[in-house]
Order: sequence, then C-alpha cells, then structure tokens
Amino acid sequence: MVHDHNHSDDHDAHDEHHGHHHDNQYLDMQARVKALETLLTDKGLIDPAAIDAIVDTYETKVGPRNGAKVVARAWSDPAFATWLKSDATAAIASLGFAGRQGEHMRAVFNTSESHNMVVCTLCSCYPWAVLGLPPVWYKAPAYRSRAVIDPRGVLEEFGVALPDGVKIRVWDSTAELRYLVVPLRPVGTEGFSEEQLADLVTRDAMIGTGLALAPEDIR
Amino acid sequence: MNGPHDLGGQMGFGPIAAERNEPYFHAEWEKRALGITLSCGTFGAWTLDESRHARESIPPADYLAASYYEVWIRGIDTLLERHGFASREELSSGQHIAQGVRPKRVLKADMVESVLAKGGACDRPVQTAARFAVGDQVRTKNFHPLGHTRLPRYARAKRGVVEAVQGGFVFPDDNAHGNGENPQWVYTVVFTGDEIWGEGADPSLTISIDAWESYLERM
Repeated sequence: MVHDHNHSDDHDAHDEHHGHHHDNQYLDMQARVKALETLLTDKGLIDPAAIDAIVDTYETKVGPRNGAKVVARAWSDPAFATWLKSDATAAIASLGFAGRQGEHMRAVFNTSESHNMVVCTLCSCYPWAVLGLPPVWYKAPAYRSRAVIDPRGVLEEFGVALPDGVKIRVWDSTAELRYLVVPLRPVGTEGFSEEQLADLVTRDAMIGTGLALAPEDIR
Repeated sequence: MNGPHDLGGQMGFGPIAAERNEPYFHAEWEKRALGITLSCGTFGAWTLDESRHARESIPPADYLAASYYEVWIRGIDTLLERHGFASREELSSGQHIAQGVRPKRVLKADMVESVLAKGGACDRPVQTAARFAVGDQVRTKNFHPLGHTRLPRYARAKRGVVEAVQGGFVFPDDNAHGNGENPQWVYTVVFTGDEIWGEGADPSLTISIDAWESYLERM
C-alpha cells in the first residue's frame, strides 16, 4: 500500500510549505521526516551517520539471501535440518545470522501434505535476521486481513496453486517468535551445490506465499 | 485495544498488490524513518511493546490511510512527546525550543553494527511451571482490554490445541504500559478454520497464534 496521503484537499498549503502540520495530518512525509531528523539531531538525540549505517545494513547486508542459505543448508544436510527443526535460533546463528528480529526463530517445514504461510495480522513482525526488511505488501492491510481467512485466494494472487489435498497452515506471528518457512526442495536438483540451491529459494517461498523455483525457472 | 491494527479477517482491502523486484525503500524519507525509529529505540526509554501500542493507538482512519513508515513516524512522535524528549510544538514546527529529557544512550554510527547484531531478546525465566502441555485443549479468553494486547480479535473465545510450549516471554499487555515485564509462558495454539471462521471456512485450513498463558483457559 504505497501511496501518497489522500487527505490533502482541505489543508492549508501555506502551512505545509513552512513545515507546520496539523496534529492529525501528515501531509508531506519527505518534509516532515527531514524536519524531525533535523530537530532530533539539533537536540543531540540522534546521529545521522547512525541512520546511514542502519540503512546500509538493511540495503546491503541483511536480506533474504541469508534465509536462502539457511534453506539450502537444510536441504543439503539432514543433520542441519534436524537442528533447524529443534533449535532454529542456534542453527541459524551457526551460519552467522542473528540479531534484531531474529532473536527467537522457528523454522516450519513444508511437506507434500502441508503448506505453511506466515503473517503478522497485528503489525509487521517478520524475521529480519534471515529475510531483511519486509516488503510493503506484507505490512499492508490486504495481506494482514486476508492471510488468515482466505490463504488460498492469497496464494492464487501470488500465482501459487497447491495440489488438491494439500492442507494450509497459517502462522500468525502474535508473539516474539519469528517464523521461517522451509519450502519443499524442487525436483531435478540432485547433486546441486548449496550455492545453486540457494538461488532457487525466493523471499516469498520463505514467507510461504511462494514455492521454491524449479531449476528451469532460472536458466 | 480493538484498534485498526487488528486486521485478521477484515474485508474490503482488495488484492495483495505485490510488486516485482520491490526496492527496500520507496522514498528517501522511508530510509530516514527506519533509522530514526531504530535510533530512538536505543534511548531505552520505551519498550517495543510500548512502541507497538503507540502505533495501534493512531485513529483508525489515519492508520488505514497511512503507509507503514508513516505509521512508524506517527508512533515515534507520540513516544518522543510522552517521554519528554520533544514537545508537541517542536514536533509540529520542527523548531528546537527547549532541551527536554536526556536519553540514557544515543546511538552513534560506530554502535550500529553491534546494536543490530545483539537485538533485543525478550525470553525470560518464569518462576511457575507451565500450566499447559502439548496436546491440551484450551479456550482463548473473551476480553476487550482498553490497553495493548497480542490476542487478536478473530482468535478470542475460540477452542484450540496447544501444539508447542515456547518458553517464557515478557508479557506485552503489561510491558507496553510500563507495568513491568511480568513474563509468562507462551504457547503455540492451533485452531481449525471452522472454529475461527465457521460457515464456509476452508476445511483444509488451520491457523496458529502464539498465546501468553493468561490468554488461555483450560477446557
């Protein structure tokens, strides 16, 4: 739900130019946030360079390639998969992925009988340490409202049609546990290296709104 | 509270609108909004639970019209004012008027890596034994607290089964209001689609929530 605000009609444009705002209207977010950053910097409460470092972390270091490595390892190494099932936080940390919004991890494994899908109906809880920042749709009302009542309809919109008889389990992240879906390993990937396997693991497959890619999908 | 954030099962929000190759940020201000929110979080003045409650207390029409980072900025304004770091006048004008409260800690660029890597674990020892065990039949409470809770409306007064005992965690309903961490056992409780949605529910659907012990009653 990326959109401009939609309630600017009756607002005094003069105020907005000067960076003033009604309490209940946030009209120009670029100006508003710039003013806030300047204010907090003047007060010595924040360091703009720290903001740069945070943004750099989530743009270049922490993202869904982390999770893809976890899944590829689980597909390749049965002992790791067992560890991931019983203590996901530790198993994931062993690959170097930990920290904010990855403190309490759980891995849920798709099977030929059951498909897992993760949502946070109450806010935007998401396993940042393995998937990075969530996409806009994950945080927006359409997904948060529908995932629990109409997951098949949601999956259809993602182009996923599950075979008949496959059950759906939706995990609503209402507490501090963060869920990583381990999708089914695609057929025709015998002998693939972990790196080759990781290329088949999409962000959506680890949320449960997608499946892992088939080898022919990326050729 | 029965706020606008509690979206599970609501209708009318339309299709999911996933974006192909979505960027992490859709505007410069979103990067700053993320960084400001995380920076202010390290003051140590409020908890994650309090910040969630600040966001869900945004008036419903504003909450639903806002993009997610706008929700964050509205939340951070509330918290900065409530805890005395900035006055309402400063936040609406962007002008530095008075010093305000000094935080315990200001996030500097060289601290970012370690702060993000450390995260904020919220598991805690609980002095009493877990009241429920795997396989127990439970019913979720029917309540409508004015304050923060993580029991979504769609899952209140529903019968489910304890699938996992997840450990002790800070209790958000207290912690969000400065009433202490008061950790409780958290359980993954699974419900049938029929129990949650009744007539017309997808028969192949099960839904789980992670529920604090006081949300549950024995059947």
